[in-house]
Amino acid sequence: MSVTREEVAKIASLARISMDDDALDHMVPELNNILAWVEQLGEVDTTSVEPMAAVIPLEQRLRDDVVDADPKTGGGRRDDILANAPVAEHGFFGVPKVIE
Amino acid sequence: MSNYRIHGATGEWEVVIGLEVHAQVTTNAKLFSGASTAFGAEPNTQVSLVDAAMPGMLPVPNRECIRQAVRTGMAIEAQINKWSRFDRKNYFYADLPQGYQISQLYHPIVGEGQLLIEADEKAGIPEDKVIGIERIHVEQDAGKLMHDQHPTMSYVDLNRTGVALMEIVSRPDMTSPAEAGAYIRKLRAILRYVGSCDGNMEEGSMRADVNVSVRKVGDTELGTRTETKNVNSVRFVMQAIEHEVQRQIDVIEDGKKIVQETRLFDPGTGTTRSMRSKEDAHDYRYFPDPDLLPLILDEAFLDECRASLPELPDAKRTRYENDLGLTPYNARELTAEVETFGRFETLLGVAAKTLGKPEAEVATQVANWSLSVAPGVAKSLGDEANMANATAQRQAAILAMQDKGEISGGQAKEIYEIVLKEGREPDEIAETEGLKQVSDTGAIESAVDDILANNQDKVEQYRGGKDKLFGFFVGQTMKAMQGKANPAVVNQILKDKLG
Repeated sequence: MSVTREEVAKIASLARISMDDDALDHMVPELNNILAWVEQLGEVDTTSVEPMAAVIPLEQRLRDDVVDADPKTGGGRRDDILANAPVAEHGFFGVPKVIE
Repeated sequence: MSNYRIHGATGEWEVVIGLEVHAQVTTNAKLFSGASTAFGAEPNTQVSLVDAAMPGMLPVPNRECIRQAVRTGMAIEAQINKWSRFDRKNYFYADLPQGYQISQLYHPIVGEGQLLIEADEKAGIPEDKVIGIERIHVEQDAGKLMHDQHPTMSYVDLNRTGVALMEIVSRPDMTSPAEAGAYIRKLRAILRYVGSCDGNMEEGSMRADVNVSVRKVGDTELGTRTETKNVNSVRFVMQAIEHEVQRQIDVIEDGKKIVQETRLFDPGTGTTRSMRSKEDAHDYRYFPDPDLLPLILDEAFLDECRASLPELPDAKRTRYENDLGLTPYNARELTAEVETFGRFETLLGVAAKTLGKPEAEVATQVANWSLSVAPGVAKSLGDEANMANATAQRQAAILAMQDKGEISGGQAKEIYEIVLKEGREPDEIAETEGLKQVSDTGAIESAVDDILANNQDKVEQYRGGKDKLFGFFVGQTMKAMQGKANPAVVNQILKDKLG
């Protein structure tokens, strides 16, 4: 598997990463090297192995439906949330106007 | 089969409709964080570090969201997937801090199900129809953008970000706006019975993406479809379909082609318009979310979900018809809304007790009262009616008096009016206000004797075969009794005396 220059340019654009020609010249072979390296895994015969999400048996933990049970993952912290915003007005984030 | 057809310049067209309904799951906290889901809070006060996508935060699914999605799946007789998985749907927009929405593309929690829409001749649905449901998956809602608060900026409120949604995807099984409307109404009823979504379309708890295509009658290939996004009422869904159908037919008959695209509905004009979108907008690059393990449901969890389901609309409607002997119309009306059947069943229980009869014997009386008499009185009073006064006990007391013949239908209404306005007890009202009909045969007999004596000629004519005059005698008697005589007793006495 490999990627073309056009594909890399498109992925960069979708990810909102600006890449000029020089950067692309660099990135295309680099990505293809990584892909080729990962592709070595395909040499292992996995026909009898179930696909797995983790190499040790783990179960997804679930949380209880309780508001603000843990302050670290609860609401009520608007100042923290807005602290890094380039613009915050009246409790909102302000962003350049986006109209559909 | 619906007979919804559009007459175009080149022939007859039919319509194929599929709906994707987004329903907000009723929970206290969000899908992956502990922030509140309450509606109407100050902007950005219900946003956690998880929702704001701060670095290093990990999503942990809310058990109740999973449970409600499973219960909803069971209510539409769907396959429940004991193994499901969350995927990332990647795109950039100002209302999506993560840069991706956590959704379930490849392995949704609920698979194939179905929903029954009932025949409704008036609406153009000639017979019952089963609409297939392809899947239900769980995903995050996005934030809210406001464009009209500042000349050059949009304001972003992330309170809704991360709230759990169920996306309920139908098969393209609907063939008229009426069927689409009936589908949404039925789905809304089921969600509200189950309690998994409040169904409040004004507050955005339920909104639909409407997929529409047209084809010539008889064609088997599907036409190219368009998707109209975020339509938030049953009426608007039907309007959007009507408009989109006509537009597509016009385009095709003009020799042009339908472009597969996303459109927006304008409630002001009832029309749809194309959303300007970049061609790569749909390149979402889905992949399994590495922050979340597959979701595995055990039997105990599924058993609890199943055991906690209430009686659902179809079962309830059937029971009302078969066990309570209600008409199909009454059964349908009473089971359409959670509030309606709730009030009906409470009143039915109390009324049966008050009247000392089995529920099945009083059900029709209670149904007519609940569906037509009581709402009629409340409506005529408008703001004067205090509905808190309308306890089941008081309504049952009125029904009991009517059942015993102590009051007439008209008097029942008058008494209920006073109950609503003043919160007094029906027995006392009937007594104090003289709202009782006379069943005392002595009083009625003497009134009848007077009337017969004063109308000898008519009595002769009646006995001579002019049956219609019976109504005249009833009228005169009621007038003499100032409308308070029990009509059944009046009829009996007149029949006896006229021989």
